[in-house]
Amino acid sequence: MCLAIPGEVTSVSGDRAVIDITGIRREVSIALVDRVNVGDYLLVHAGCAIAIIDKQEAVDTLELLHQLAGNIHD
Amino acid sequence: MISELEQFRNETLAEGLVKAIRRYDGRPVSIMEVCGTHTMAISRYGIRELLPPNVRLISGPGCPVCVTPSFYLKSALELCRRENTIVATFGDMMRIPYKGVSLLTEKALGRDIRMVYSPLDSLDIARQHPDKTVIFLSVGFETTVPVTAIAVLEAAQQGLDNFMILSANKTIPAAMHLLSSDPEVAVDGFLYPGHVSAVIGSGLYEELAKAYGIPGAVTGFDPADILGSILYVLEQIRDKKATVANLYSMVVQPGGNPIARGKIDEVFEPSDAVWRGLGQIPGSGLRLREKYRAFDAWGLINGSVEERDEEAGGCRCGDILKGKCLPSDCKLFGKICTPETPVGSCMVSSEGTCAAYYRYQ
Repeated sequence: MCLAIPGEVTSVSGDRAVIDITGIRREVSIALVDRVNVGDYLLVHAGCAIAIIDKQEAVDTLELLHQLAGNIHD
Repeated sequence: MISELEQFRNETLAEGLVKAIRRYDGRPVSIMEVCGTHTMAISRYGIRELLPPNVRLISGPGCPVCVTPSFYLKSALELCRRENTIVATFGDMMRIPYKGVSLLTEKALGRDIRMVYSPLDSLDIARQHPDKTVIFLSVGFETTVPVTAIAVLEAAQQGLDNFMILSANKTIPAAMHLLSSDPEVAVDGFLYPGHVSAVIGSGLYEELAKAYGIPGAVTGFDPADILGSILYVLEQIRDKKATVANLYSMVVQPGGNPIARGKIDEVFEPSDAVWRGLGQIPGSGLRLREKYRAFDAWGLINGSVEERDEEAGGCRCGDILKGKCLPSDCKLFGKICTPETPVGSCMVSSEGTCAAYYRYQ
């Protein structure tokens, strides 16, 4: 029910944006997120973006997971 | 960005995390996932089978359809039989049985029941059919509620007075308090829901961890996310700590999404709610505020449906939702209760615990 999928913004118009999800384009509402730009990745649930995905945070989390796994030795 | 996201499914990383988890040699622990999408991911990736015997995963009440009480379905069935009415619903509500009847069987009898992907789609149906009342069956947690709130606000702004919702919306924090404090539910750690947290934030889990001494992690839905969170919780238990890690910070901020939270608060107010299997939890529901009461389809029911939850004979959904027993402990599971012929709600939705166990194990 709370399934949400990431998609890349290809155009923005008012409170709607067109996103590309693995090649499929779909219009979504961006009424719940601030300052959306072309190229941003949105997390979309029930036709509505609920968050802008933060790339740097994704990179930091991956690094943390590698540390947890012991794949990185400081 | 996609390449970063794909790395959360990286095999080498997952293997490293599994090896580290298998080094856990402490007391036996139970870790509860509180999100149906996590339940499904754990089953799909076979994560339970990768864990050592002293680490048990149990599924909590994280599937909105599964915790919807029977009187809600009875009400929805009553509404779909009204004259000039269209019922719009998410797909997984269609097959929940109530005394042998479901929305699907009613649709087969000719009632106008339509599956929608978003509450916003039911607004379009209302615009196309000004002569009919369109009722959206509003189930879901904080991920879905802001979208419903936008739909109600849009209907109010546009004077769309043939659109209504029947709210069974619920909020996660009150249920978390109940599960944390229930002595019958022996939980040593939590995997917190990723997308609910994108809206409500990760901050309140700190309070829970402090109050009950139970560690947890907010996590995403890929194998590395889930395995990393299990590992984090195990390390906390080993070190006798109870803190919360946010391992899904790419979408979850400590304060969540303030716009989405604002929309929920603008349209809804807290109310008591009955959860299937958990009973009534004070302040865990959401009902439309007075200002938007014209959109409230509960007004059409007029209290003609008693607010009770009846479980089908022999069904153990209630105990399963509390993590007190596994689907295989229910004598109906896999015999007369299957995804094709569901008896209880945990078998109906694809993210229900029983359906996930049946499909992947």
